[in-house]
Amino acid sequence: MHNDNIIEVSGLTRKFGNFTAVDHITFEVKRGEIFGFLGANGAGKTTAIRMLTGLLIPSTGQATVAGFDVFTQTESIKKNIGYMSQKFSLYSDLTVVENIRFYGGIYGLRSRDIRRKTDELLERLGLADVRNRLIDDLPLGWKQKLAFSTAVIHEPAIVFMDEPTGGVDPITRRQFWDLIYEASDRGTTIFVTTHYMDEAEYCDRVTIMVDGRIDALDTPGGLKKKYGAEDIDEVFVKLARGGVA
Amino acid sequence: MKAFLGFIKKEFLHIFRDRRTLLILFGMPLVQLLLFGYAVRNELNKADIAILDHSRDEITREITDKLLSSGYFQLTAWLKSESEIEVVFQRGIARNVIVFESEFGRKLIRDGSANINIVTDASDPNMAQMLEGYTVNIIRDYQQEWQERNRQVQQSAGGSAGGGASISGIVPEVRMLFNPELRSANLFVPGLIAFILMLVSAFLTSITIAREKEQGTMEVLLASPLNPIQIIIGKVLPYLALSVINVFTILIVALVVFDVPFRGSVLLFSMLSLLFIMAALALGLRISSVVKDQQTAMMISLAGLLLPTILLSGFIFPISNMPAVLQYISHIVPAKWFLIIIRGIMLKGVGLEFLWQETLILFGMVVILMATSIKSFKIRLE
Repeated sequence: MHNDNIIEVSGLTRKFGNFTAVDHITFEVKRGEIFGFLGANGAGKTTAIRMLTGLLIPSTGQATVAGFDVFTQTESIKKNIGYMSQKFSLYSDLTVVENIRFYGGIYGLRSRDIRRKTDELLERLGLADVRNRLIDDLPLGWKQKLAFSTAVIHEPAIVFMDEPTGGVDPITRRQFWDLIYEASDRGTTIFVTTHYMDEAEYCDRVTIMVDGRIDALDTPGGLKKKYGAEDIDEVFVKLARGGVA
Repeated sequence: MKAFLGFIKKEFLHIFRDRRTLLILFGMPLVQLLLFGYAVRNELNKADIAILDHSRDEITREITDKLLSSGYFQLTAWLKSESEIEVVFQRGIARNVIVFESEFGRKLIRDGSANINIVTDASDPNMAQMLEGYTVNIIRDYQQEWQERNRQVQQSAGGSAGGGASISGIVPEVRMLFNPELRSANLFVPGLIAFILMLVSAFLTSITIAREKEQGTMEVLLASPLNPIQIIIGKVLPYLALSVINVFTILIVALVVFDVPFRGSVLLFSMLSLLFIMAALALGLRISSVVKDQQTAMMISLAGLLLPTILLSGFIFPISNMPAVLQYISHIVPAKWFLIIIRGIMLKGVGLEFLWQETLILFGMVVILMATSIKSFKIRLE
């Protein structure tokens, strides 16, 4: 029915005791878009992403991811998404190739496909020379690219990234975004959380979360116009002040 | 299933690539075995003794000879007066002084009794107790021989009820059952097995799961199609396999190198060891479900699991000698029950008919631990 929406969220809420981490959020993500999920640390981004990836059952509300319900069909969701966590999530004591094989394996790829994809991927990332090196020995930027590539190795419909660019310098971040665009061009929907406001400009649409609620949702340009701001950072500051007042 | 196998393969890669883990897995058991086997001995081996003989007759000489030829003692000083005893202890010349009263032999023949004073340096109470025990046993032994000899002498002299008959009283017979030579290897090998199993199954498992959390890979695993139970089993299975290998390695080394007896059923031993491994794995899981990083996991398993396994299980210190409070605490240490079980199987050769109570307790522990561990692990996932 909603063929153009790959994620549909309505009134989604998660409480931890008395604390409401995510408070009735509602939004849609269109198939194929790069969707930015912005907010300060502790705004509830991670809780939201965990509910959408089936790691956390919501308290109330409704949501579907790739057509599957987040309450009852988490197993199906997990098969259709890729996930990259804040910490690059590679095994530092395994080699590049071993990491790729492992992640290909847990997503149920066949050995033949894994082998083909491994070669492809290493070629594309320019990591062919270091295929048998331990992850530990690689620079941060390479690890990050590899982590992303393993997260999409099974060609998921959608990939969730929780602050994938944390602690990385601006140039490496820019290169990383090139990789995200490539995946997007291949038709993968990108759902990315970040607290770097400048990265919002790279997204098709962004939403800004403050204290567990979604205060704004639009294209970067639209948001700037609406709040009369120079950049997203300013939008964010205005929103955050409004939240406090 | 294929994804699961890949997971297990990855786990083995971790183990074989990490020198520290390998060392703990295979180095530590062997070092401990040899350490306990050769260095830490509970039996006496040429302990230093001094003798103060006020009598210097034939009988005191025979007793002295018997003590020294036993192999447990070596003479380091002949004393001349009581005042020297303290000096000998203070200088560490001897740990045990044997004092024969004057006219020892004469009194023994005439009155049927004579006094030997055994003075031990009790600054090391365990050692002192042991020295005393060994000394008393050897002297009793001699007493028996002496009576025997006297009786024969009397019989050959015509069976008259002479002086020898007046040596009356029953000499209590003290026999050491199941560990007649009081060999410490027989005692420490079962303890060591319990310790190694706890080390590998609980300590290493809790650390490896904590590591996945610390690295952020646990989140990715949980967001993958692998289900939580598969992840738990995948994490635990390699360590279980290695634990089993470890147990049999220790057992074989113990049997071959230290001549430790194995009198019971190997099957029963294996089954009940598996039960204990399950308890240890559950404890490891429980710990890993509450910690966020490897260091905390390590500290908690050290203090909460390994130390009680060594100190409160009866591995090194007998539980019956502990203060009442500690005796109560020892009841909740799984290793305590496991030790009773495997000592029973290995040294006494008994079966389930004598061990069912301990087995039941251990089984109950496993059920409770497994249930709470898996539950808490799941809660954590959310």
